[in-house]
Amino acid sequence: MKEWFDLVWTFVKIGASTFGGGYTMIPVLERELIRNRGWITMEEVMDYYTIAQITPGIIAVNISTFAGYKRKGAAGGAAATLGFLFPGLVLMTLVSLFISRFASLGAVQHAFAGIRAAVGALVLDTVWRLIRALFKMDGVSGARKAAAPLIASAAFVLSAAFSASPALVIAGAGAAGFLLWRPAGKGPDKKAGVPHGTEGP
Amino acid sequence: MSLLLVLYAEFFKIGMFSVGGGLATLPFLFQLAEKYGWFGAEEISNFLALAQSSPGAIGANMAAQAGFRCAGIPGAAAAVAGLVSPAIVIIVVIARMFAAFRANKTAEAVFRGFRPAAAGLLAAAGFGVWKLVLIADPSGGPWYGRLRLKEAALFAAFFVLIRKFALHPVVCIAAAGAAGILLGL
Repeated sequence: MKEWFDLVWTFVKIGASTFGGGYTMIPVLERELIRNRGWITMEEVMDYYTIAQITPGIIAVNISTFAGYKRKGAAGGAAATLGFLFPGLVLMTLVSLFISRFASLGAVQHAFAGIRAAVGALVLDTVWRLIRALFKMDGVSGARKAAAPLIASAAFVLSAAFSASPALVIAGAGAAGFLLWRPAGKGPDKKAGVPHGTEGP
Repeated sequence: MSLLLVLYAEFFKIGMFSVGGGLATLPFLFQLAEKYGWFGAEEISNFLALAQSSPGAIGANMAAQAGFRCAGIPGAAAAVAGLVSPAIVIIVVIARMFAAFRANKTAEAVFRGFRPAAAGLLAAAGFGVWKLVLIADPSGGPWYGRLRLKEAALFAAFFVLIRKFALHPVVCIAAAGAAGILLGL
């Protein structure tokens, strides 16, 4: 019972400190689930995030379900999701009751402008750490060491500059990963790796 | 009762077909406004503004407001439950297969490609947030002429605090809200 309470409470906290949905949740997850509790690893978070982007539904909900499932099975997935959504829904209901008075308050708008700056800094901190992790891949050498940063750069440019669909970017990167790191013995294994120009979608 | 069922079913459909997070539910909300007239199209941008600046998931927060406009608190609950039901089922099924899937060498290779791409996509999403925070309205002129200095200072200060002192996100958010009021952002 205590474990269940702990699971739900952890996700209530994550829900209360995630502003702006989906990706802004990653820094909070990193702190609560990885560093403080050791329930999952950063690698798993990135896998969940990837799957959440290419499956239907809200990214944050998908990630909560995934992490809750890892801990306590299907019911854990549902419990984590409800915990995550709870603070926002309570607030939304209260705000809907007082909507006209609330939104026009100058102080509220100033507070939100400040919050957006902090959310930006939190996301930058996570991106910083992810990029450092990309360059510290063990057991990889030569051309393939450059592959991960190259894939990340390509994904960034395609998404930021060309508004490419995330699903397409991820599919292309998966194909590149398959070509680069597929197990030996399946088809001709090119030791030198694939020319980098052919990566990505 | 039947209204709540309709709400649940409509939002179930949205949860089923919107891929790529909360913002992907927007076009569906406009469709609902047209089909049922529960709320006006211009109200949807208010839903979005509030959902984005409130804790939690953008899509669920918008659904809660839309459901509330339609049928009060039970409406909000029905809309959110409908929205998240398909996702929970789909993810539980995937999670069940995931452990076996990850042990597979070929799947592992594909995921080694996925991970850096996810990092790049996250950086791109962050880039959108940073632009929004740091640069004033796109009214022409070079970007450095439109830099919001107070916001940029706050952004830099929080980044240093987070990296140096591992400041807790909740503390960050609370402090940033207070700073926003004090600085009159």
